[in-house]
Amino acid sequence: MAEAYIGGTGMTPFGAFPDRTGRELFAEAGLAAIEDAGLTPESVDEVFYGNFIGTLSENQGHQGPLAAEALGTTAPSRRVESACASSGLAIRDAVRAVRTGDVDVVVAGGMERMSNMGTARATDGLARAADDLFEVRAGVTFPAAYALLARAYFDAFGGDRTDLAHIAVKNHDNALVNDHAHLQREITVDDVLEAPEIAAPFGLYDACPISDGAAAVVLVSPSYAAEHGLDSGVAITGSGHGGDTMALQDRRSLSKTPATRDAAEKAYDDAGIDPTDVGLAEVHDCFTIAEVLALEGLGLYRYGEAIGAARRGETRRGGTLPVNLSGGLKAKGHPVGATGAAQVVAVRTLLEGTHPRSDAVGDDVTVGLAHNAGGTVASATVHVLEVMP
Amino acid sequence: MTDARDGSYDEFIDALESGDGYYYECSNGHGTLPPRRVCPHCGDRELETVALPATGEVATYTTVAVPTPQFEDDAPYVTAIATFGPVRLTGIIPDTSGENVAIGQDVTAAVEPTETTDERTITFRR
Repeated sequence: MAEAYIGGTGMTPFGAFPDRTGRELFAEAGLAAIEDAGLTPESVDEVFYGNFIGTLSENQGHQGPLAAEALGTTAPSRRVESACASSGLAIRDAVRAVRTGDVDVVVAGGMERMSNMGTARATDGLARAADDLFEVRAGVTFPAAYALLARAYFDAFGGDRTDLAHIAVKNHDNALVNDHAHLQREITVDDVLEAPEIAAPFGLYDACPISDGAAAVVLVSPSYAAEHGLDSGVAITGSGHGGDTMALQDRRSLSKTPATRDAAEKAYDDAGIDPTDVGLAEVHDCFTIAEVLALEGLGLYRYGEAIGAARRGETRRGGTLPVNLSGGLKAKGHPVGATGAAQVVAVRTLLEGTHPRSDAVGDDVTVGLAHNAGGTVASATVHVLEVMP
Repeated sequence: MTDARDGSYDEFIDALESGDGYYYECSNGHGTLPPRRVCPHCGDRELETVALPATGEVATYTTVAVPTPQFEDDAPYVTAIATFGPVRLTGIIPDTSGENVAIGQDVTAAVEPTETTDERTITFRR
């Protein structure tokens, strides 16, 4: 399929900004992306805006037009909601729109504002990504849902909390130089193991923080890129989307995430690559076990083998496959609706050499991957990014 | 909000509460719970109502220390997924913080009120 060129990217710092409105956060990220592309808002044909709990956190429905006008345009727009995969899906929809030839320049991104809700209301809001009747009413919070997966994984394949702790330590370490990261703090395996419990077997450091922030990507069609000299740099060459049942109780397996597998197979096929071509990955590590489930679903590890990857050093800087060089959701932060777009921003800048961790990317690396998951991976998107000749 | 019921979900909870739990089985042997018009796994429309097995087995569990506001007074509590034949249920294992719960343990399913809101929730008794 035709590429969707990345004309520009932008993001706000991720952190706790309870007093900043969502529309203003998205304006900062989106305008930065438009400026980075050397374009102006008049060029934008359509806006794809990812957001999950704005209806609860800002009492705001119909957010698409607000997102567009924040960028200085009344171009057609939509809000895309797929829980934590909202902006991964916004980018996928934008890639498809650009590929049809219907539009030449689009902004795809997302925003979440959650810290203004406080921990209890945010916990309740995030739980809305699970099945209300069969999960939330049985006390399932989001950390609890992934804890259920973690314990099932340990039972099926082995592994323990120390293996997971190495993932948290790695991602915190990666974020130390990333000034856009929510948590720039070195932690140790003991810190993770001794942290207060939130949902056993998880302690506080197995979980990503509750973050605010926005991220945006300008995508342009190949013809527009050629006409305006944008046809170098990095392009999205593969896109995939997978689905699964909403509630964990309806899954065939509680230790695998087939939505990720399906999304990855589609994205690899679309880009004409194999998993072995991937040189770096930003994967959805909302909880430590999620990075394990992602790497196995993506076909980058066999089932049961990714649990020890961080502990063995393979996914650290200098390892065979650096994962979450940005700090991941775990340390960079997880403003839910912005995460998928922020992953694409990270992969693009890592490949182009403008990310603070680009020095950890080998000269031979030309293919990167972004994996975004919604709920307990009832939805997943995968994007393949490649350096264009 | 009104006190409107959630259709066949609440009918299922009523039945489980009176000890007459059931599930739907499609012609390909997949189990599922109401409200369903089709099997979520294969789209089959032939859903037969079958009695829920009396005993299930814990498939996985967690101890929740940081709850939603609806479970504030219940925390810490154990939420588990348990397998009953071809279906699984998600529920709370009362009166434990998890130290004596194990995957593979036998449980029976019931419906009990939560401490915080008195709302009905599925529970597993060992």
